[in-house]
Amino acid sequence: MAEKSGADILVECLVDLGVEVVFGYPGGAVLPIYDALYNHPTIKHVLVRHEQGATHMAEGYARSTGKPGVVLVTSGPGATNAVTGITDALMDSIPMVVITGQVPTQLIGTDAFQEADTIGITRHCTKHNYLVKTPGKLAEVIHEAFHIATTGRPGPVVIDIPKNVQIATAPYAKPELKVHASYHPQTKADAAGIDAAVEMLAAAERPILYTGGGVINSGPQATALLRELAALTGAPVTSTLMGLGAFPASSDQWMGMLGMHGTYEANWAMNQADLILCVGARFDDRVTGRLDAFAPNSRKIHIDIDRSSINKIVEVDVAVVADVASALDDIISLWKQRGHQKADLTEWWARIAGWRARKSLDYAENGTEIMPQRAIADLYKACQATGKDVIITTEVGQHQMWAAQHFGFDAPNKWLTSGGLGTMGYGFPAAIGAQMGNPGSLAICIAGDASVQMNIQELGTATQYRLPVKLFILNNEYMGMVRQWQELTYESRYSNSYSDSLPDFVKLGEAYGWTGIRIEGPQELEAGIRQMLETPGPVIVDCRVAKLSNCFPMIPSGAAHTEMLLDPSQVEGVMSDEAKALV
Amino acid sequence: MHIQEELSQRHVLSLTVSNEAGILARIAGLFTARGYNIDSLTVADITDDHAISRITIVTGGPPKVIDQIIAQLDRLVPVHKVTDLTENGPFVERELALVKVAGTGEDRIEALRLADVFRAKVVDTTIGSFIFEITGTTEKIDNFVGLMRQIGLVEVGRTGVVGLIRGKEPN
Repeated sequence: MAEKSGADILVECLVDLGVEVVFGYPGGAVLPIYDALYNHPTIKHVLVRHEQGATHMAEGYARSTGKPGVVLVTSGPGATNAVTGITDALMDSIPMVVITGQVPTQLIGTDAFQEADTIGITRHCTKHNYLVKTPGKLAEVIHEAFHIATTGRPGPVVIDIPKNVQIATAPYAKPELKVHASYHPQTKADAAGIDAAVEMLAAAERPILYTGGGVINSGPQATALLRELAALTGAPVTSTLMGLGAFPASSDQWMGMLGMHGTYEANWAMNQADLILCVGARFDDRVTGRLDAFAPNSRKIHIDIDRSSINKIVEVDVAVVADVASALDDIISLWKQRGHQKADLTEWWARIAGWRARKSLDYAENGTEIMPQRAIADLYKACQATGKDVIITTEVGQHQMWAAQHFGFDAPNKWLTSGGLGTMGYGFPAAIGAQMGNPGSLAICIAGDASVQMNIQELGTATQYRLPVKLFILNNEYMGMVRQWQELTYESRYSNSYSDSLPDFVKLGEAYGWTGIRIEGPQELEAGIRQMLETPGPVIVDCRVAKLSNCFPMIPSGAAHTEMLLDPSQVEGVMSDEAKALV
Repeated sequence: MHIQEELSQRHVLSLTVSNEAGILARIAGLFTARGYNIDSLTVADITDDHAISRITIVTGGPPKVIDQIIAQLDRLVPVHKVTDLTENGPFVERELALVKVAGTGEDRIEALRLADVFRAKVVDTTIGSFIFEITGTTEKIDNFVGLMRQIGLVEVGRTGVVGLIRGKEPN
């Protein structure tokens, strides 16, 4: 059998696994791998400007294409810089494989130059991780790592490869996939759970489908089946932040997002429902609000591929451990087999119509300032008019919530946002990764003035690879969400939430070879957005919006779904210690 | 505002895991990361080829937390099986302790008498001391150590609990 170096084995495995793009940054401990990638005919390497950027690009690539994102970084600081993105991928179940260089095996544990205990540091922010100490093990580890990252509940996997293992040789033949005997995620539901779910759905008078990112992770079949189930049952559909796009926002049955900044109708319907079917969501604290008041009179069915998500926060009546597509398929088949008909939900929909009439997403405009909600709504309209496939990413904060509320998503994999970890600095690199994986699409990052600065260095990456991403900054000169909480909770003492010394974003973009546009008032908004969309190449937009807008509706921390704040007049400016102490 | 504590139940969990580098850190770290308690933890390989280890963990928490602990452990790639012995019992649990006691005269005789009652063995002796080896449940060892403390306890080494389901079926 022919011998190959560890670095060559790695690259060969990546080719066999269909990897087309690697996001990375070279350094001492990965030089052999970079040499093996030199002028590679099929693997494109995207040189980032900071390793955190590489991880978010890989996430954006993965979330928008359904393929795993691949990251390559050096030892020590290369690996530690990647930790935020790895944790983000774990929280949001994004398939990602991160290859880290390590100091040679004989130096491990000696505090060698650029040594860090990468395996120790990433043990609890990965789905699994490996330190490979011999080139002979490398191929099977890499194949297993991709399998683990992409199956079951997806997540990040780290492979730490010491430099001498990259150089040493071993006999190589394309390996058979050998997976830990203990790794067998359950994808097919038990019949009893499906049976109970179908009967409860058929008997429900006030059902609601509460969907999440798991629907999107499950793949296009799951989204199609969700639409079918919604049509069969006639139930209203709401979604978490991560699940937006799994069900079309243009449908009559769409309730909007639920939770802390969800719509009035979605939260009231959750509160008043007699049956909640949770599909690939996890009863996150942003969704439930005060737990003892969460959906008090409902029975609950929970479909999740991860058993540990079930009964973690909210106790459910029926647990369905399965892949979403498989479970929905089973439910729909049994529903049809039993000859169930759509129940008469007229009364339920009449109540929903009453909640919808509150128009909880409405906002007041004054004609002199751009309301941030208006900027998103106009962007949405302009994007629809282009007829192009549009992918939206966001940073984290008020702009993220406004985007979730005012941009409509009709298809999955078009909305990329950091949900679980809430990572400022996610959106811009994620847009670059999404553009890389979808060259024909229009990739737009909706950002805030503060969070965009967390990975602003990636302006150079987009320039280098001629990626025509659009960076749409809602500039209110504040860390808006922090400021909003300070207004609501700490009597408007704005401690360190003002974005002082902001750069001139237009000039900054121009310095990197981008087109820069500034939008200063409502009369410039429409034309500015159109100019952004029509300009080829990367464009940065500094959209000056109303500085002190708050994101409503809002369920304040420690409050129930029925205690939403709809507008500023309901804000007291103080909060109890118990409420303050909640995240 | 004050932090409130929840009531806790003792559970003995028995895990089979792939015997690979870092497995113990993975499990111990899961407990710290998610705020679970470990009262004791034992580990040793149990197959001819040294491929599988059994880990026995004594933990505590409300029933909902215990369910979460089991589900979270099950999620780790190298974990084969998690059994809650307390839930799936009846089961046998044993712990071994070495107990060093110093003393002379009547104390020395009393230590031996008590050791006899507890079926502890003397595994080391000097003119002024004994080391007793004792096996039993955690409670039995606690009691023995408690008595020895009154006589002249020097130090104790304990293995932590191992356990198996009673009867012919595997855990």
